[in-house]
Amino acid sequence: MSKTRITAEPGMPQIIISCEFDAPRDLVFRAHTDPDLLVQWLGPRDLTLTVERYETRDGGRWRYVHTDSAGISYGFHGVFHGDPSPDAIVQTFEFEGAPGHVKLDVTTLQQRGVSTLVRTVSVFPSVEDRDAMIASGMERGTHDSAERLAELLATLQAR
Amino acid sequence: MAADRLSLVFGALADPTRRAILTRLADGEATVAELAAPFAISQPAISKHLKVLEQAGLISRNRRATARLSRLQAEPLREVTSWLARYQRFWDESHERLDDLLAALQARQDGYPGPSQQAAAPTPPATARASETAEGNDE
Repeated sequence: MSKTRITAEPGMPQIIISCEFDAPRDLVFRAHTDPDLLVQWLGPRDLTLTVERYETRDGGRWRYVHTDSAGISYGFHGVFHGDPSPDAIVQTFEFEGAPGHVKLDVTTLQQRGVSTLVRTVSVFPSVEDRDAMIASGMERGTHDSAERLAELLATLQAR
Repeated sequence: MAADRLSLVFGALADPTRRAILTRLADGEATVAELAAPFAISQPAISKHLKVLEQAGLISRNRRATARLSRLQAEPLREVTSWLARYQRFWDESHERLDDLLAALQARQDGYPGPSQQAAAPTPPATARASETAEGNDE
């Protein structure tokens, strides 16, 4: 596997994420479209992913929820545009904590010899939407860290 | 970092001339005339760029004698880096997990092949990896 490369150019309402995996394209495609596989990898290990629906067809809806160790849930949903294929998985993506700020994700899988290059181009309605989405992820992390610190302090004081 | 401050920093970084100015200031403070020298634009235009950079907190300006010196303030750049770092971690960890999953699926006979792979040739790295693992376990 290659290093994950994230490109977020200043002033551009998009993010490009790419990574190359040592696996055939069809298998990488399955890992992206089979909900039983998706829950095994999407998101950090400390978040539990629950897929409520994942209708991988043109017009099909999807919704999943990430739950952190404190039991706080973050819901996401969207719609598939066109039948997903290794050539293109096109879907809208909306964080339920920021309704109306919908991004469009286009994921392409490209066979490169024995490995597969996965490239996702995310387009946001505005630069502000893009920046806010990334910033909200960071705030959540800061929040988590603060909670963990509070728990640690409580444990130390109890001793 | 507040989202509006982040917008200011990103807005300031969105211009190639301003990025070039920051690169120049990374070598040390400079006057408006010194900053304008490499560019085919006027000193007032450079001053406008400096104002945007100053509002974003990316530079500070002070006077020495009659010259007004600009100095790089790196802290907002560090904040931008950490802003992206968590997003980067999300995908780094997801992709590490995906990589593990793909290896496990390839090693497992019944987990693969999928329908469209049946006609295709077997994949050398999967075979190699599986046999390496098997040898490792035997020893």
